[in-house]
Amino acid sequence: MEGSQALIQIKGLRDGLLVSLGDAEWSQARAALLEQIEAQQAFFRGARMALDVGNRIFHVNDLAELRDRLSEHGVTLWAVISESPTTEKTAQLLGLATRIAKPRPPEPAPILPQEVGEHMALWVARTLRSGTRLEVPGHVVIVGDVNPGAEVIAEGNIVVWGRVRGLVHAGAGGDEAAFVCGLDLSAAQVRIGRVAAFVEDGSASLRREGEIRPQKVIVKDGLLRFEAWQATLGKGE
Amino acid sequence: MGAQVVTITSGKGGVGKTTAVANLAVALAADGARVVCIDADIGLRNLDVVMGLENRIVYDLVDVIEGRCRLRQAMIRDKRLPELYLIPAAQTRDKSAVSPSDMIRLCEELRNDVDWILIDSPAGIERGFKNAIAPADQVLVITNPEVSAVRDADRVIGILEAEGKGTPSLIINRLNQTMVKHGDMLSAEDVLDLLAIKLIGIVPEDDQVIVATNRGVPVALDHKSRAGQAFRDIARRLKGEQVPFMNLEAGSSLWERIIRLGRK
Ligand SMILES: Nc1ncnc2c1ncn2[C@@H]1O[C@H](COP(=O)(O)OP(=O)(O)OP(=O)(O)O)[C@@H](O)[C@H]1O
Ligand SMILES: [Mg+2]
Repeated sequence: MEGSQALIQIKGLRDGLLVSLGDAEWSQARAALLEQIEAQQAFFRGARMALDVGNRIFHVNDLAELRDRLSEHGVTLWAVISESPTTEKTAQLLGLATRIAKPRPPEPAPILPQEVGEHMALWVARTLRSGTRLEVPGHVVIVGDVNPGAEVIAEGNIVVWGRVRGLVHAGAGGDEAAFVCGLDLSAAQVRIGRVAAFVEDGSASLRREGEIRPQKVIVKDGLLRFEAWQATLGKGE
Repeated sequence: MGAQVVTITSGKGGVGKTTAVANLAVALAADGARVVCIDADIGLRNLDVVMGLENRIVYDLVDVIEGRCRLRQAMIRDKRLPELYLIPAAQTRDKSAVSPSDMIRLCEELRNDVDWILIDSPAGIERGFKNAIAPADQVLVITNPEVSAVRDADRVIGILEAEGKGTPSLIINRLNQTMVKHGDMLSAEDVLDLLAIKLIGIVPEDDQVIVATNRGVPVALDHKSRAGQAFRDIARRLKGEQVPFMNLEAGSSLWERIIRLGRK
């Protein structure tokens, strides 16, 4: 038992447990985790678990297997936090969160994505299906649809070359200069910074209606404004 | 190579998984194939009822897995089709009695003796669903033309893709062409537009299905039923045949568009 405590660290959070793995081999850390869960079943049963795996690389099979093992013990794995982009992607594919709400810092310093110069963006070349949540600390470009029930949360801008029928939240750190662009936003739930707009009729969100008009959403005077998304020749963005 | 293992799943409950498994099994077996259906909906079994075999159950899936009987003893032979078998679910246990690797082992044991293994998945995306998809070579997602069912189907497709199961094919069940025409129901096109996977069949809403279910005689055996025809067509498509889509509404160009969408 003592040995396993050094390999992993378990902390209570507001909405579940946070398990951090030390530097040990994954197989050892995994065994230690399962051993602890088995030893303290009453404590773990029904728990929501976030797992901080450091920079370990996980593929879908590893994580899916772990999630199944945990669920056999009544533990729900809901988030995997990692410094490895591969692992983050894996977690996102499985519909797991990749960041957990930290206790709010007193002054959230908003990121200003449009300040100067050029920025990196995450490139996602697939459709995000219901249940997928993508959290991005910067900009994101999606080539595919954002289906109803999918969520994209970016601290920067969101550009979707596809139809948006789920939730897109740009400037999630509070930046109201952020924007959202999409080929069809008519059934989207859009938020920018702290400003939100909802689709009036959710049941229409599957229907295709009229012709597709690319749109851009910005915040103006504290409200969301939907405008035509057009080429801005020579002006740059 | 042995059997093809096909799992039918949906996310949302009550959309027609059990009906589809029973009908596809009957259609394949009526065509001379050797077919085993497995009811993986532990605790809520009803494939046996739909197939009219409930009175013949002695052993079930959990008995096989826990070693209380041999696999052969739990295989109930169909009344009408000699090459059709059912392995029923346990009614008094829950899904934790079975694991994904149990299902894989079971199908491996069956594979060399049959042509098709059809698995009826429980609703949801939890353990029972995981069990049902674990051994699948191919997954069919079934949905109704209804917003919530389609949303759940989308979720399930995402999970299947993430777990490396490949992209499933789609069955749209209970389509009512009159309601679609009046704008009261999503069209097949609306559904396909969102899910964007290959369409393997559209089954119309048909009262005969309910009658057949209560009698324990799957509608695929009834040559006058339109739903029965649709299921027989899906069975042929499973075998790799090119079968034109049934025209639910004669003379509509919409239909051609749907078929195109389904192929993309
Ligand atoms: N094409 C159809 N036309 C009319 N009724 C149908 C059709 N398909 C299914 N039904 C009816 O819908 C009901 C639910 O079907 P079924 O039991 O096959 O769904 P299921 O997905 O297996 O449900 P569960 O999630 O509870 O296992 C049944 O009463 C069945 O007779
Ligand atoms: Mg069923």
